[in-house]
Amino acid sequence: MREQRKKIALWLLFAGPIAVFSVWAVVDNAPLYFKTLLNGLTLASLYFLVASGFTLVFGLMRNVNLAHGSLYLLGAYVGWIVGENTGSWLLAVAAGFLSAAVLGLLMQVFIFRFMEGQDLRQTLVTIGLSIVFADLMLWAFGGEIYTFDPPAWIYGSTVLPVVEKFPTYRIAVLLAAIVIGIGLWSFLARTRIGMMIRAGVDDRGMLAASGVNVQLIFAVTFAIGAGLAGLAGVVGGTALSISPGEDTRYLLASLVVVIVGGMGSVVGASIGALLIGLAEQFGLAYAPTYSVVFTFVIMVVALAFRPRGIMGRAA
Amino acid sequence: MSAAQWRRAMNSAATAAAPTTARPAPSARPASPSAPGVDVIATPTWLSRLAARIRLRHLVVLAAVVLYPFVASPFFTYQIGAQSLALGLIALSLTFLGGYGGMVSLAQMTIAGLAGYLVAIFGTSSMVSISLGWPWWLAVPFALLGATVFAAAVGWLSVRTEGIYTIMITLAIGVAFFYLAQQNYTVFNGFQGLSKIAAPELAGIDFREPVGFYFVALGCALAGYFLVKHLVRAPFGVALQGIRDNPRRMESLGYHVTAHRVAAYAVAGLLAAVGGVLMVWYNGRISPGTVNLAQMISILVIAVLGGMKHPIGAFVGAVVYVLLQNFAIDLFVRERFNLVIGGVFLAIVLFSPDGLLGLWAKLRSSLGRPEISHQKRRPQ
Repeated sequence: MREQRKKIALWLLFAGPIAVFSVWAVVDNAPLYFKTLLNGLTLASLYFLVASGFTLVFGLMRNVNLAHGSLYLLGAYVGWIVGENTGSWLLAVAAGFLSAAVLGLLMQVFIFRFMEGQDLRQTLVTIGLSIVFADLMLWAFGGEIYTFDPPAWIYGSTVLPVVEKFPTYRIAVLLAAIVIGIGLWSFLARTRIGMMIRAGVDDRGMLAASGVNVQLIFAVTFAIGAGLAGLAGVVGGTALSISPGEDTRYLLASLVVVIVGGMGSVVGASIGALLIGLAEQFGLAYAPTYSVVFTFVIMVVALAFRPRGIMGRAA
Repeated sequence: MSAAQWRRAMNSAATAAAPTTARPAPSARPASPSAPGVDVIATPTWLSRLAARIRLRHLVVLAAVVLYPFVASPFFTYQIGAQSLALGLIALSLTFLGGYGGMVSLAQMTIAGLAGYLVAIFGTSSMVSISLGWPWWLAVPFALLGATVFAAAVGWLSVRTEGIYTIMITLAIGVAFFYLAQQNYTVFNGFQGLSKIAAPELAGIDFREPVGFYFVALGCALAGYFLVKHLVRAPFGVALQGIRDNPRRMESLGYHVTAHRVAAYAVAGLLAAVGGVLMVWYNGRISPGTVNLAQMISILVIAVLGGMKHPIGAFVGAVVYVLLQNFAIDLFVRERFNLVIGGVFLAIVLFSPDGLLGLWAKLRSSLGRPEISHQKRRPQ
């Protein structure tokens, strides 16, 4: 009973001000509010795409892959090359996914396999790798800003009820993220490999003892996680742009999303991405100087009340 | 750590009052034989004990760092020497926190940067509308205090987490601070930052001159080094190492684990803040670029490069880092410094987790000399 009351009080504490703000904002300027909402959702879908791979890898292997942002950027660059040469945006997306997945696979097979259980060392290695990758990519692609052209069928803008015009591509990103999220969830919940991955998240030793080739599962998970980052690179690069430094931005975003949502949980990643994406966009629209502070406050509050994140469980 | 050492540590720590107050006051520099406070309990024979602990190599290193500015060119004194000392001091704070406390924080550069910003805000800079214009002897202590309080707050937030989570949270805090400094114009002056922050002039010695500044940096670095050396043998430091090795056991022994950890963050914060003040005097300006992700990671690179098992590692790492930074252009293709430093870092992490000191120890033991290690094994 007391627990329940505490929960209600917490909800009131956080949801109350947000509800008041929403009512004020809708009355004040409804198109701005809903446009910001949609922008926030688009950003959240991008963050979800990047962070889901990050959280998947961490959940299974306890490997905080700080080179995740580099995988994002690599996928974006490779996708851009393929897109320029073939003219097909879908091929670019596939190339982004594949290139990052292959690099992730190589990292797992040649490096991380040999330092299992040494969390700190793995993290230091990923830091080293991210420095090297960032410089190699700067070397190869320079400091210019690259942009993609999305295919014609999602180019332009769509007329929506309240916000009037909104870029079609962003709606497509939102839908794609939902589809990928559901796909990832059903892959984890319904397939045999997904079952093994979930078992590995809960108890690696037991999974290995029951005759599963854990190394294979690790490699597959790392490839999928890295591939999602690469895919997000092309998708995000199309929505915004690609330039050196984006790796850091998305690494930070996935870190915060995963800290807020809970490490190792795909559902947590989606909740965290929603919170952070919305907070960032609303911050930019309503209090530009302090938008980063909102993100930070969300993280602090989440940590103070749930140190393992919203959906996190004891490791 | 042997059983006897443990027992001694336990006993001495238990007699101290509350765990948080077990931290001894920073001692004077015990470099010269007349400085007091090297041992936890000063005995009448402390002088002879001190003399017994001083080896030839200590005197050689001391003589080398003191004589260095008189033989080196101003470039080497200032760009290499003083910068290494300032960076080493920031890295030392990470060595203390990571090597002895088991908490690898990426926010040390952020704390140093905050101290730098505070010096600029409290003291004088080109932005008259932001700077309060206090004299340096007032601005610096308040900057150190502010940064130390911030470090304790970072610590309070991140000690709720363990191991790998600590890295992530301190990373997130650091990058959040970077973006805040970049976007905020009322206090941090945004992308431009604050410039024209000069080191003070004292008793006729201009600290803006390479040699003068070098000695300020050297004094701070030595003080920091011996503070860490002293702390890790004091009850507080021993308890901290116990917490690093087994927090649960220390908890059940009656230690306040969180308080020790937060106190460690505060001590490390003070060290980093001193380094940060030196950095801002060295550069004469501070901008968000000083606290960006690359800089935060470079502190980790320096600490790991040198080796986190002994406080001297931070300075060894800093010297190597600064030398690479200045001469990588000659060694390799122009502008590929990050590739060189990233590669070196990667090689060290992959092949010698204890850094250059680890390599040195390996070399010594393979030559048949007894291995010296200040710090005992730590379980992963």
